[in-house]
Amino acid sequence: MSRILQDRDERRPETHPLTFRLNDDGTPVMLEAYREQQGYASVERAFRDLTSKTLIEELKTANLRGRGGGGFSAGLKWSLTMQGEGIPRGYIVCNADEMEPGTFKDRLLLEQQPHLLIEGMILAGFANNAYQGYIFMRGEYVDAARTVQRALDEARAAGWLGRDVAGSGWDFDIALHTGAGRYICGEETALINSLEGKRANPRAKPPFPGQSGAWGKPTVVNNVETLCNVPSIVLHGADWYQGLSQGKSGDGGTKLYGVSGKVKRPGLWELPMGTPATELMERAGGMREGHTLKTWLPGGGSTGFLLPEHLELALDFDTIGNAGSRLGTGLIAVVADDQSVVSLTRNLEEFFARESCGWCTPCRDGLPWSVKLLQALEAGEGERGDIDLLESLAVDLGPGRTFCAHAPGAAMPLASAIHYFREEFERGVTRGQGVAHADPIPVGSV
Amino acid sequence: MATIHVDGRDYEVDGADNLLHACLSLGLDIPYFCWHPAMGSVGACRQCAVKQYKNADDTQGMLVMSCMAPVQDDAYISIEDEEAKAFRANVIEWLMINHPHDCPVCEEGGHCHLQDMTVMTGHDSRRYRFRKRTHKNQDLGPFIAHEMNRCITCYRCVRFYQDYAGGGDLGAFGAHDNIYFGRFQEGTLESPFSGNLTEVCPTGVFTDQTHSEHYTRKWDLQFAPSVCHQCAVGCNISPGERYGDIRRIENRYHGDVNHYFLCDRGRFGYGYVNREDRPRVPEWRERQRVDAGPGAAGVVGGTISLEIDDALDRAADGLRSARRVIGIGSPRASLESNHMLRTLVGDENFSTGIDARELELLVRMSELNTRCGLPSPSLREIEACDAVLVLGEDLLQSAARMALAVRQAINARGDALAAERGIPTWNAEAVKTLAQEAHHPLFLATPEATGLDELAERTLHAAPDDIARLGFAVAHCLDAEAPAPEALDDVTWALARRIGEALLAAERPLVIAGGSLGSPAVLEAAGNVARALARRAQAGALSLVRREANSTGLALLGGQSLEWALDLLANGDADGVVVLENDLYTRAAAARVNPALQRADCVVVLDHQRTATWEKADIGLPAASFAESDGTLVSLEGRAQRFYQVFEPSYIRPETRIRESWRWLNALKASVERQPVTPLTLDEVTREVAATHSVLAPVGDAGLSAAYRVHGLRLAREPHRYSGRTAMRANLDVSEPRVPQDPDTPFAFSMEGYAGYDEPRREVAFAWAPGWNSPQAWNKFQDEVGGHLRAGDPGVRLLAPLPGDYDYVRDLPAAFAPRDEQWLAVPQPRLFGGEETSARAEPIQARMDATRFTLSARTAERLRLTPDAAMTLILGERRLTLPVTISATWPDGTVGVPSQAGLPLAAPEWARLEAGEVSA
Repeated sequence: MSRILQDRDERRPETHPLTFRLNDDGTPVMLEAYREQQGYASVERAFRDLTSKTLIEELKTANLRGRGGGGFSAGLKWSLTMQGEGIPRGYIVCNADEMEPGTFKDRLLLEQQPHLLIEGMILAGFANNAYQGYIFMRGEYVDAARTVQRALDEARAAGWLGRDVAGSGWDFDIALHTGAGRYICGEETALINSLEGKRANPRAKPPFPGQSGAWGKPTVVNNVETLCNVPSIVLHGADWYQGLSQGKSGDGGTKLYGVSGKVKRPGLWELPMGTPATELMERAGGMREGHTLKTWLPGGGSTGFLLPEHLELALDFDTIGNAGSRLGTGLIAVVADDQSVVSLTRNLEEFFARESCGWCTPCRDGLPWSVKLLQALEAGEGERGDIDLLESLAVDLGPGRTFCAHAPGAAMPLASAIHYFREEFERGVTRGQGVAHADPIPVGSV
Repeated sequence: MATIHVDGRDYEVDGADNLLHACLSLGLDIPYFCWHPAMGSVGACRQCAVKQYKNADDTQGMLVMSCMAPVQDDAYISIEDEEAKAFRANVIEWLMINHPHDCPVCEEGGHCHLQDMTVMTGHDSRRYRFRKRTHKNQDLGPFIAHEMNRCITCYRCVRFYQDYAGGGDLGAFGAHDNIYFGRFQEGTLESPFSGNLTEVCPTGVFTDQTHSEHYTRKWDLQFAPSVCHQCAVGCNISPGERYGDIRRIENRYHGDVNHYFLCDRGRFGYGYVNREDRPRVPEWRERQRVDAGPGAAGVVGGTISLEIDDALDRAADGLRSARRVIGIGSPRASLESNHMLRTLVGDENFSTGIDARELELLVRMSELNTRCGLPSPSLREIEACDAVLVLGEDLLQSAARMALAVRQAINARGDALAAERGIPTWNAEAVKTLAQEAHHPLFLATPEATGLDELAERTLHAAPDDIARLGFAVAHCLDAEAPAPEALDDVTWALARRIGEALLAAERPLVIAGGSLGSPAVLEAAGNVARALARRAQAGALSLVRREANSTGLALLGGQSLEWALDLLANGDADGVVVLENDLYTRAAAARVNPALQRADCVVVLDHQRTATWEKADIGLPAASFAESDGTLVSLEGRAQRFYQVFEPSYIRPETRIRESWRWLNALKASVERQPVTPLTLDEVTREVAATHSVLAPVGDAGLSAAYRVHGLRLAREPHRYSGRTAMRANLDVSEPRVPQDPDTPFAFSMEGYAGYDEPRREVAFAWAPGWNSPQAWNKFQDEVGGHLRAGDPGVRLLAPLPGDYDYVRDLPAAFAPRDEQWLAVPQPRLFGGEETSARAEPIQARMDATRFTLSARTAERLRLTPDAAMTLILGERRLTLPVTISATWPDGTVGVPSQAGLPLAAPEWARLEAGEVSA
C-alpha cells in the first residue's frame, strides 16, 4: 500500500486538492464519503456552467502540465482533440500503467481515492466529446483494480456513469482494463495499441491520438494524477489553481512528490509544484545513518542523474529540465555513497532493453549492446573505447533518432551517469592495450 | 509540386510524398529497409535518416527519418551531412549485431538489399564483441526457406503478408531484441502470395526454396523479360537460367500489371521447364492401327528418336498424304505459334483446341470488352476502383494476382478516410489505425466461400444461374430498362438494390466476371451490369477472367472448337492433324479424344511436355517452353505482351533439337510444300499476325523488334559479373563455341550488351544498377518509385470499348432448380493444380489441396455421406471417385468438381452421384 506521509490536519481542501480526503489509515474513500467532501461537485458545475470550450480554456489557463512525466499542457492537448461535424465521438483513456522505476504515486490515488479519477475522467469526456473511458491499469495493481472497479460500479449505480450522466442527457461510461506487464504500455500510443489487442508498439505521431487514437477515433490519454487535478480546477478555477504553487514555480497546482532509497522515511507528499528537493529530503528525514547522498534521479528511471548540489532546485518541469535532467514523475530516487553507479546504470539499462518493444533499430539493438558493455565494465572486463561507445550510443538513442521516447528515456541515466561519474566507469576498463577492435572505426569511407 | 533543396541542389518534387520517396524518385540514394513503395512508411528501421534544416540559414539542422518526413516546399535537407552519414552507418552496425555475417553461404547473397545498404552506408567493421542472439527456424512448406538468424527486424514480411496480402498465419512474436517472424507453429504458409516474402525481405530470412534446390547466384543467372504463362493475368516475370535449367523466377516490375508482386503459382510453377522427361528430340512412333472401340490403345510399338530433317520429312509425308489436315491450336501457346499453325493448315482447318462452351465464353468476353461501354482495367486501375462486384469468380483461385489487386482496392477506403483527416496515405500504420475495418464495398457471388469473403460487405453463395440472376437484378436496379429476372426472392432483390446503390455511389465501380463457372448466363449478367453502369455512371470498368495465358489472344485470333476438330477426325472427314502445345485429354474426355486420334492417319504433336496427347503422336516435335522461345500473349486485360527467350537449350545440351513451335511450323510448312526452309524471324511472324488479324494489328508494338539497340548495343541477358562462361561447357568440348545468336530479339545470350538503367527501356531482363543488386534496383528504372517504367510499361492494349449504346441481353435464366436424382457438376478453379503445366512442377504438386468434391450438407445427408467419405460422380461415360468436403455454404443441388481432378469440365453438367466407389 502507498501511504501519504502528511497528517489529515495538514491536508486541507484549499491547499491539497489531491489528497485532502484521504483517510489516515489508508482505507479507500468510497462514494458516500467522497460525496460528502465536494465529490462530483465539479461535474455538477460543468454541466451547469461550462461548455467543452470554456472547460478547456479554464484548464489551459490553469496551466496543468501532464503528470505522467511529459509535462505537456493538458489544456492544450484537449484543445487539439478533433471534435465536430463528421468526427466520431472518441475515448478518454487514463494511463494508469504506472511502471516507471521508483514511482508509486498513481497507485496511491487509485487505491485510496478512485472517485477523484472517475470525476476527472467524466470532465475529460465532457470536454473532449468522448463516449467511453478506459482505465488502462498496470496488471500488478491488483488491489487498485479491485477498488477502482468497486468505485466504477458505485458511480454507475449513482448515475455518474452510463446513460444520461447525472441527468445531463449526455452518455459516458468507463471500463477498467488491466495490462499484461509491459513498461512500453505507459507510452500513450503503445497503450492504445495494447488496448486494441495489438502488439504494444508505439504509433507514429502525427497523427496524434486526438486526431486518430483508439480504433481510429479521437482519443485523449492522460495520466492518473493529471486527471485527478481536473475536478478542483473546474470547481475552484484556474487562478486558485495557479496560486497553489505559492510562487515556487510558473506551473500551477500541487504535485505528488516522493522519495525512495536509503532515506529514513521514504514516502509520498502532496506539495506545491516547484517545491525544492531539499524540502523533500527533509520530509524524508534525510539519509539513513552512516550514508551520504551520492546522486539522485529526480523522477524515475528514465530521468538523468543529478548531484547533491542540485537538491536546491525547484522540482518543476522547466527547472529540472534546464539542469539537464527531467522532472519525470517527481518521485526522486536517492543513491547512497556505497552504491555503484555502474551497477545501477546497468540495472536500469537492462530494464529498458528488456522493455523495448522491438520496433525501431536503435532501441531494439542499441540498448542491449549498452547493457553488455555495462556488464563488462561492471565485471572489470571493459575495453578501451567502451565508454566512448556508450556515450555515442546515448546520443544515438536520443530524441528524434528513435521512434518513441522509450530509448531517449533510457539514454538519460546512461549519459548523465557517465557525465558525472566517468571515473567509476573507467575503473571497469582493464583491457584495451593492443585490443584491435577497441579502436574507433572510421565510417563513411566508401 | 514543391521545391526541395538537397545538398545544395534544387529539385521539383510532388508535395504529397515523403522525403524518402521524393529523393529516391529523383535518383538520389538514401538507404532504407522498412519502407517499401507498395507498402508505405512506418519509421521502424531508422536507416533513412537525413539532416533537415529550418531554412537556408540554419546550419545546425536535425536528423529526421526521411520516410516519415512530409515533403515541405522550400525544405533544406542534406543526405551527405556527416552526422546523418554516421548515424546511418551506426544503424547498420546495430542491425548487424545479431546478423550472422553468413553471406558466403546465404542464398540472398548477391541480390541482398542488406548487403547493398551496408556498402552504401560504409559500415565495414564491427565493434560488437559479445554473443549473438540466435533463433530456431521453421519448416514453412515447399516454397519458402526460413533462416531467422539473418533477420534485421524491418517488419516488412508481416506488413506484406498480413496488411497487403491478408494472410493470417505469419506474425511477429516476442519483444525487444528477440522478435521472431514466423508461424505460431511449423507448417506450410497458407497465403498464395508467400513467394513475395523472398523479395520483400531485405535479407536472407525468407528465400526461394525451389531456387535452393539448384542454387545459383543472381550474377551467374541468364535472364530475359518474360511473361508468366500460368494464368491469364499476364504478370511480368524475370526467369533466371543456368546450365539449361530455370533456377528461379523473380518478379519483373510492371507499373500497370503486377507491380512488385506475383502469386505462388507463377513464381514456383516453372518446374515443368526442367523436367527430365521433356521431349528434347523429335520422336517417331510406329503404330499398328487398331480399329477397336474407344479406350483401346492407338499406338503400339516403339518410339524412335529422329533428326530434324528426318522428322520434318516424315511429318510432311504423313500430312501430304492426308486428304484433309486440320490444326489444333492452344491457349497456352503464343499468338505466333497459333498463327503459324493456322497458316500451315489453312483458316478453314484451324481449331483453337478449346472446348466449344469455353470458346463461346471467350469469344463473348472479347465482345463484351468492346461492346458494353466499359473498359477492361489493368491491375493498377483495379486498385483504384472504389466498389467491386464479382460474379462467379473465386479470384484467389482463378486469377490470384487480380485478387490481390481487388484487396488493395477495397482497403483503399482507408486512404480516402486518411485524406479527410489530413493524414498522408504513405503513413501506413496511421492509415491502418484510422481505417480499422473500413472498406470500399465489395460484393461476391460465388458457389463456394472464397478467401476474399472476409473483405466483402455481402456475399451470395449460389448456383451459377442464381448468381447470374443476381447480376441481372443489379443491372435492373441500376437501369429499369434492363430486364428483371422473374420470380426473384425479396432477399436477393434487397441485395441487388444495395449492390446497385453502392456501384452508383462509387466514382470508379468495377464489375468482375469470367469463365470459371462455364456459365454464359453469368457473363451476360455481368455484361448487363456493365451496360447499365455505362449508361448511368461516369466511369467504371469490366474485368473478365480468362483461364489460360493466351485464352484472350486465341479468341481474338479465331478458330473452331476442339469438338469440331475431334468430330472431323472421328468421322474421317479429316485424317491428318497437327496438335500445338495442347494436351487434348485435359480438355475432352478420353472417350472422345481416343477415337479421333486413332482414326487420323497422321498425328503430329508439338509440345514441350510429355503429355498423354504427345504419347499418341506419330511424329512428336519438341517445342520450346516459354523459357526457350519468344512470342506474344494477350492477357485478360487485353494487353498484348512479348515474352523473350531466356536461354538457348542446345548450348548446354547440344543433343537437344528444341525449337520454337512457330519455327517448327514454318519448317513443316516448307517441307509439306517441298520448298526449302527459309529462315523466319519472330518479327516477321508477329508482323504477319498483325497484318492478318485487324484486331491484333498493334501486336507489333507489344515488344522490341530484333533491330532495337541502345548506343548500338544489343541488350545483355547476363549480368556483367556472369562467371564461368568459358568453363561451363568444358566437359563437352575444350573449345568454347560462339555464343548462340538470337535473330529474334535485341537480347544477346551474353553479358556483353547494354544492361544499365539510365537509358529508359521497357524490356528489362534483370534489374540491376550500381550499388543496387537486389530487386530494389527497380527504383532506378521507374519514373517515380512505385510508378511506371520510365520508358512506359510493356505491352499494348488491344481491347477498348467502342462507342455506342448497347442494348441489354434479355434472355434470362430461371432460378436454379435442383433435380431429384441429378446434381449439377460445377467446375471449381484451383490455383495449385488447376493449370496444366504448373501442375507438372513438384513444388506445386506438394502445395495442392487434396482433390475432393464439394457438396452441401443436405446432399451429403441424402447420399448418407460423412465428411471424407468417397463418392462417385457419373457424367455419361465418365466416372470419378473422390472424397467429399461437406460445405455449409455450397449451394444445394450442385456438386463442386475441382479443376485438378482430371475430369475435363468446361461448363456445368448434370451428373449422377453415388456414395462410395462405383466400378465402371
